[in-house]
Formats: sequence, structure tokens, C-alpha cells
Amino acid sequence: MPIQRRKFVAALGAGAVASTAGCSSTDGGNGDGGDGGSGDGSGGNGTDGGEGAEESIGVAGETLTLTTTTSTYDTGLLDEIHTDFEEMYGVTVDAVAQGTGAALETARNGDSDIVMVHARGLEDEFMRNGYGINRRDLMFNDFVIVGPESDPAGIEGMGSATEALTAIAEAQAQFVSRGDNSGTHTKELNLWEAAGTEPGGDWYQETGTGMGEALNIANQQGAYTLSDRGTYISQRSEIDLTILVQGPIEDGPEILANPYGVMAVNPGVHDNANYDLAMAYIGWITSPEVQESISEYQVNGEQLFFPEAVSEDPNFQQYVPEGWSSESDDE
Amino acid sequence: MPFAATAQLGPALFDSAARPAFALLESTTGLAPALLDVSFRDGYVGSIIFVSLYVSLTAVALSTLVSVPAAVAIGLADFPGKGFVKSVVNTGMGFPSVVVGLVVLFAVSNQGPLGSLELIFTREAMIMSQFVLATPPITAISLAAVGGVDDGVRDAARVLGGTRVDVALVVVKEARYGIATAVLAGFGRAISEVGSVLIVGGNITSASGISKTRTLTTAIQLEARQGQYETAMVLGAVLVALVLTVNAIVVRFGDRGVAG
Repeated sequence: MPIQRRKFVAALGAGAVASTAGCSSTDGGNGDGGDGGSGDGSGGNGTDGGEGAEESIGVAGETLTLTTTTSTYDTGLLDEIHTDFEEMYGVTVDAVAQGTGAALETARNGDSDIVMVHARGLEDEFMRNGYGINRRDLMFNDFVIVGPESDPAGIEGMGSATEALTAIAEAQAQFVSRGDNSGTHTKELNLWEAAGTEPGGDWYQETGTGMGEALNIANQQGAYTLSDRGTYISQRSEIDLTILVQGPIEDGPEILANPYGVMAVNPGVHDNANYDLAMAYIGWITSPEVQESISEYQVNGEQLFFPEAVSEDPNFQQYVPEGWSSESDDE
Repeated sequence: MPFAATAQLGPALFDSAARPAFALLESTTGLAPALLDVSFRDGYVGSIIFVSLYVSLTAVALSTLVSVPAAVAIGLADFPGKGFVKSVVNTGMGFPSVVVGLVVLFAVSNQGPLGSLELIFTREAMIMSQFVLATPPITAISLAAVGGVDDGVRDAARVLGGTRVDVALVVVKEARYGIATAVLAGFGRAISEVGSVLIVGGNITSASGISKTRTLTTAIQLEARQGQYETAMVLGAVLVALVLTVNAIVVRFGDRGVAG
């Protein structure tokens, strides 16, 4: 009996030594979770580190990290068009859907190569701080104010978004706000400011969620909310909310316009940014062919995005922070 | 030592044997659309299952390699402040995964100490955060299991002339059920958490719908964000089935260990 036990312990010991020996290389690297990834990471990710790129021709095999908004991603547009880019250049696009504020913050930390967002004020700040360069107008759609058919604040058909918001505030009708520093949230706050109304009180809820979820919450509570038209269309079949105030696409007020821009991360600030590929992406997505596929992209039989990169008469303000001119620049 | 063995077999298993198994699983989940009117792109569900398992199993295997020896060392030793160490480990079980995600994000971000490794939005970063999440429960429960081993067993091993390593191994063998529970608890924590993998992984798929860093939990979160609650439920059912399967396999392993 004792002998058996001794043997057993010896066997266990040998097994332990053998197994740890096998694992020690991974363990040493990965044990702390810290430097660990380097061993595993070089396999999947080494190519965008630089060395890999020199061996292959051009940009093939590299990865472009794109941070973007939930509205471009959740509508399925990016998946639809990216296959073409990936095949053309032999690269991978990692699209991270975060909302405008977070997408810009990720880029500011040097963790993405390119951003596609929809809040001009935040984009301008991003450019002025030197993080983003080579901005292009990409496409637009519009925001709409949606709400229950019963329309307790009586805003249906109003020609002014600010008047509609004022009416909602006066009626103290339920309003759902994204509350997440996204492009839509930024637009909503601008609208309240333009309306001269400070939102607050029991009727005003900040949900801190994406557009789809905010629409669901508004739907369940019979509340009003501001939505981009694309997300609303892609979700319309699931909810009972209707459009009460139209955006400029359906002849609504211009203030509800929703322009999307694309910018490369400045390699002068973040030298790890994949600037070549980011510029290739900007060139590709603003090309007539891809702009055409953007306009052809439909959900539930409706066009979601309207391209605006191709123009005989380019708007110079798209390249710089809005209102910038060489005379007024005091940086 | 079934866990160490799993750790080594892991990659090989994923690459060869597991892939067809996922394909099979996918064809089974294909039944769901008929009932619920939910459809997925080809390879989508299989790839997110693969990423979920790859990340969680790797993280748990690494955690186990650290936690079990640590638990045995702490459990067998007597030192001042042992109670304090235990309560620190127990507190670790309650780490909010979002906070862990943020800390790992700061570490692997381009501006962070590990920025040059370019780990952000990779599976490796997800493994790091799940490692941090899984280690405290595995350590704490293993510690309790080791503490529950009869002193007589230890003494017997010592009397028989065992070295400290021998004693530790005997204790591990005696506490193996508790340790298996610990590993399963760690696995449950890892595979079910959504906060940290979302932050450090980015929930990325390729344009054709093959997951790079999307797990079942982040896929569920994405569907819920879009109000696709039915799809989210189907994925939730897949996740539950997966956890059940892994648990069943580990229990089976344990029983075979006794029989052999």
C-alpha cells in the first residue's frame, strides 16, 4: 500500500513536471497576462506591426482598424461594402462600432487608423487637436423625430425641429435620449440648445445605449426620441413608433441633416497608425463606384445613405475644421 | 492533471477536431430559424463559438496554472496575514468585468505600457482580461478545497517521506473535485462576461461575418442593441448549451479519473 502511494506520487510528480515543462514557455509569456500576448499576438497581428509588411508586396495582409458609429455598422452598410475593399487590396478591415465620441477617443489614443463618424463639432475638435487629417465628406442621411402615433405633444408634421422639442418639453411628454456622447446624442443636445430649452425632469430619460436600443425603449414607453433615419428604417418593422418630424431628405428642416465624415489618424501624432492603408480606404470609399454602391444599399426597400463625396464643385470646408480659414487661424 | 492536459491539447483540438464539431453545431442551430425566423450568415455562429471557447478556455487554462499552485502554496503554508490574503482573493471574485476591461484597455492601448505590442482589439487582449477575471474565483475556491483536505492526508504523505512537492500533489489529488469546481466557476465567469471583452476586443467580425473578436456574449449584446431580441435569445440558448457541454465534459473527465 505505501509503495503504491509512493509510486502514485512519483507519477503525479513526473506528470506535473512534464505538463509544466510543456506549458512553461506559454506560461512564462502569458502567465501574467502582461507580456504574454506577444507570443500569440505576433501570429495574428504581427503584420500590421511593420516587419510583416516589408516582406509582402504593398499593403497586402495588413489590417485597417476603423472605429465608427453604431449607425453605419448596425445598418449592415459596412459589411456590405467592405468585402470589395478587402479583395481589392488583400487586407482586412476591423470595423469597431462604438458611437462617435468613443470612436474618436479610441483614435485619439492611437488605437485605430481611421474614423468614420457623424458629429461635425467633435470631428472639428479632433482635427484641431492634430489627431485627424485628410477629412472628406462621405455621405449623409438625416435625423427624424419619432414618437408614438398618439402623439401626446402634438408635434406631427411640424416644420421646425426646435419647435417640436419645445412642444415636447412643455407637454412634459416622455423623451428618450441616447445619453452616450454619440453623434445622435450630440445632435440632440444641439437641438435643445437651439430650442432654448433645458431638458430635464421625469419625462426626460438618458439611456446610455445605442440607437437600436433607444428606439426599443422609446417604443416600450410610448416616448419620443431622435433617431437617424437609417437605424429607424432598419428597425421599423419591429416597433410602433412613427416619424413625426421629417428631416431634410423628406423636405424637413436642414438642422436635422446628418452628414458622415471620414478621417485618417495623423501619423505625425501616432506613428503606428496605418496611414497608407487609411488613405487607400478614403480614396476607395470616396470613389464614384463605391459612392454608387452606398446609394444602392437598401434595407427594407429604402435607401439609407446618400453619397456626397463626388462633386464637380467640391466643398472646401470638408477638408478643414468648419469655418477655418488661413486668416482666422490663430493656433 | 486533466486541466494541464487540456491546456496543452487546446490549440490542436481547436484547429482540427473542433471545427467540424462547430459546423455540426451550426447545422443544429439551423433548426432554430425554422421555428423563430432567425437566420445567420454562413459560418457566423460557428466562428463566434470558436472565439468564445478559444478565449475563455485559454484564459481559464492559464489562470488554473497560476491559481492552483498559488492556492496550494497559500493553503499549506502558515504565515501572518494569511487571512488578509484570503480576503483579498475573495474580493477579487467581485471585480466588475467592465473595470477589468478598462484597466486592460489602458495597458494594451497604444498609449499604455504594452502599447507597442499592438494587442488592442485582439483575442490576446481578451484572454488577458479574462485571465484577470477568472484567476480570483479559481484561486479562492481551490483555496477552500485545499483547506478542506484532512490534515491526516498531509501528515501521512509527510510520514511516508514525501517532499513538500509530494505533499502538495497529494493534497491536490484529494481536493480535485473542489479544484474542478473552481475551474468550472472560473470558466463560467470567463465565458459569460461581456463587459471586458467588448471593451478590449471591439466585437469585430470580418465583412463576410466571420468572427475575429466577437464572442457569444458580445454578439448577444449587439443583437439586443439592434432590438433583435429573438436572435439574441437564440444566441443565448447556444451559450447556455455550450456551458452545459463544457461542464458535462469536465464532470466526465473527473469520473474517469476516479475509475482509472
